[in-house]
Amino acid sequence: MSQTKPEATAVDTEPLLSVEDLRVHFALRGGLMQRFFGGSVGSVKAVDGVSFSLKRGEVLGVVGESGSGKTTLGRAILRTVPVTSGRVRVAGRDITDLSEPALRPMRRNMQMVFQDPNASLNPAMDLLTAIGHPLRIHGEDNDDKVRAAVVAALERVGLVPTELFLHKYPADLSGGQKQRAVIARAIILGPELLVADEPVSMLDMSVRAKILELMLELKNDLGLSYVYVTHDLATAKFFCDTLAIMYLGRIVEYGPAEQIYADPKHPYTQSLLKAIPEPDPAKSVPRDLPRGEIPDAARPPLGCSFHPRCPKAFEICGWESRDLRDLVERYWLAHPDDEFERDRRVIGALTALDDPAVTADVPAGSGHSGADVVQFLERIKGEDPHEPTWTGVTEVVDAGSSAKVEFRTDAVDPPLYPVGDQHVACLLYRDGEPDGNGSKPRTRRR
Amino acid sequence: MTLLDGDEPLPPDLVMSVKDLKVWYGTARGPVRAVDGVSFDIRRGETLGLVGESGSGKSTLGRGVLGLLPDAAEVSGKVLFRGRDRVTMKRRALRSLRGPELGLIFQEPMTRLNPLMRISDHFFETLHTHERGLSKTQMRKRAIDTLGAMGIPPTRFTNYPHEFSGGMRQRIMIALALVLNPAFVVADEPTTALDVLVEAQIIGILNDIKRNFDTSILLITHNLGIIAEACERVAVMYAGRIAEQGDARAVFARPAHPYTRELLASTISLSTTELHYIPGAPPDLIHPPSGCRFHPRCPDAMRVCPTRHPPTVVTELNQKVDCWLHGPDQLIPPGGKESLEREAIGVADEA
Repeated sequence: MSQTKPEATAVDTEPLLSVEDLRVHFALRGGLMQRFFGGSVGSVKAVDGVSFSLKRGEVLGVVGESGSGKTTLGRAILRTVPVTSGRVRVAGRDITDLSEPALRPMRRNMQMVFQDPNASLNPAMDLLTAIGHPLRIHGEDNDDKVRAAVVAALERVGLVPTELFLHKYPADLSGGQKQRAVIARAIILGPELLVADEPVSMLDMSVRAKILELMLELKNDLGLSYVYVTHDLATAKFFCDTLAIMYLGRIVEYGPAEQIYADPKHPYTQSLLKAIPEPDPAKSVPRDLPRGEIPDAARPPLGCSFHPRCPKAFEICGWESRDLRDLVERYWLAHPDDEFERDRRVIGALTALDDPAVTADVPAGSGHSGADVVQFLERIKGEDPHEPTWTGVTEVVDAGSSAKVEFRTDAVDPPLYPVGDQHVACLLYRDGEPDGNGSKPRTRRR
Repeated sequence: MTLLDGDEPLPPDLVMSVKDLKVWYGTARGPVRAVDGVSFDIRRGETLGLVGESGSGKSTLGRGVLGLLPDAAEVSGKVLFRGRDRVTMKRRALRSLRGPELGLIFQEPMTRLNPLMRISDHFFETLHTHERGLSKTQMRKRAIDTLGAMGIPPTRFTNYPHEFSGGMRQRIMIALALVLNPAFVVADEPTTALDVLVEAQIIGILNDIKRNFDTSILLITHNLGIIAEACERVAVMYAGRIAEQGDARAVFARPAHPYTRELLASTISLSTTELHYIPGAPPDLIHPPSGCRFHPRCPDAMRVCPTRHPPTVVTELNQKVDCWLHGPDQLIPPGGKESLEREAIGVADEA
């Protein structure tokens, strides 16, 4: 096989991959009227200012929930989605603005393994054709050479005896075998960088370990480097040297994997680690996990994106009108039906709170006044004065037909603060930690 | 509900008793024995976890106990529910049970709600179909109460499905199944499509259901972590049969069947220190291996294993297990306990 390389070079003067302030924004088209009059109505910031670098022979885990932008980040690195701004350098070469013809030779060096092995192989191609396809795309038209390379790749991924597999179709293979074939196709051009997007999450438990083991073997034998995109912190623990935890398009915690597992700093990372169910009935998942779900990336929360769910949020985390709506809804959830029937008339449409703002105008229902709304809000506060949302409220005043709720205007959208070897986008660490002085920030955001 | 003639009464602590259930599908290559002789009981207010890898027949079993299998499926055995055998029951009678007595929570919350119907209308339709005579106010109260127990605020009652996130939709699906107060619910991989934090929330809800609704749950999953979190008892399925069942704590602490042990060892969790896997692949259910179906992959296989299927044995810890390691010794022929000589399993046979 032509791609056999020596061990990863010991001297790493230059990272294999470096990503700087990468942004991928998708424009929203909005409703019919907006489309008619043209112009977009905003954008989804799928990746919003991400920076990191990957040394040769290293595995970077990009971990996040669905909607965190991890898959888009993985694709943007390979330029399979359009990059809005920022820089991607592979082996020292800036590929961000390369044209497609100029990029094509570069793709030999960077390949992708997709999540769903059933969907990433063409059902009408046998393995010889499918795995040999990248070679032909890159100009190899000698059948014997293609065949020899495919045989070598099949051996490499353990699909032996190879003559048994060369002419098999995806339908003849089990899930694990398909994923091996996908990996064979990814390594046949001899890449240095593999972006693996959830390569084991569709596989059965008894098979996952085998594929992970294969990927580790390939890393050692071929000197591969991986960007391992996953939602699963348990497999990432096994596989990654460095971790980047993503939330709503940004890295919220970055650092050596070992350290993050031992001492997660961001409240989001802490909850993710706590939420993984252990196959041991004696241990149970704590019940104090963050409420709610990852918010709409088209309208991210003000301040820190995680603040509405954060168990440790405080005054300046970015409290705003939508948090007030959640608060009122949670109050009604906790109270009996008849109280809701009575209270809902006090407040007009809650949708008035849906636009993010630091001044919320809570309209009074018909027959009620702003004073009634103020009174209602005070009742909610009286019941749970320690609810963190109130720390962000500076004033609640009667404005006649509505109640005006003023939130703090000094909220901060946290950049990545250095804490020891880790970088954490959380305001709890804005002055570092008492014991960790921190180093130079490696990644910055606006 | 009254007991009909010809049916067996159930002990009062059981909600459902499944006896030697078989579900076979016809294919051009021969019958697929998706479920092949499965017996288990579900007690009142308990959650039984049914764990297995893909293709083990666990979803077919879940549908089978609800009578939701396609017409082409050949079903035999007994599913006793409320003192009646569900397998021989008439289609219409069965239909009247589904909803008020038997519920199903699906795997994909994103696709199971009608996008053109408000959440309120989903509930009105369900309640109207099964409990005629309720006034609109009563229906509204029932629905809002159930949704509230699942953490959906009353202000969202008239929203459309697209206005909810995945986790909220799964909560709505659970509320829809529970609003009729069924005695028994099958939850088929209810958290598979969800993120880990939302998954933990849904597990919390499933645990609350037991307390607040007195509903028994058959929780189907491939995730042993979820079983450990949410179930009192567990049944481990392999190739259409239950390899082992028993108290979840006992099974996890001292797995009696080699498959359970190997599956536990293969599960990658935060406390995993070394990678482990089961060689080989789950068998083809058209031509399953002879004898014990796990024997080709079993590290403990003995000479007796390929010759005949082990009978179900109850261990000291009250686990029911189908494995010759636990005897009965009088059925094992002389020399049957010697270890089985096999060729090594190559990757070619692997999953």
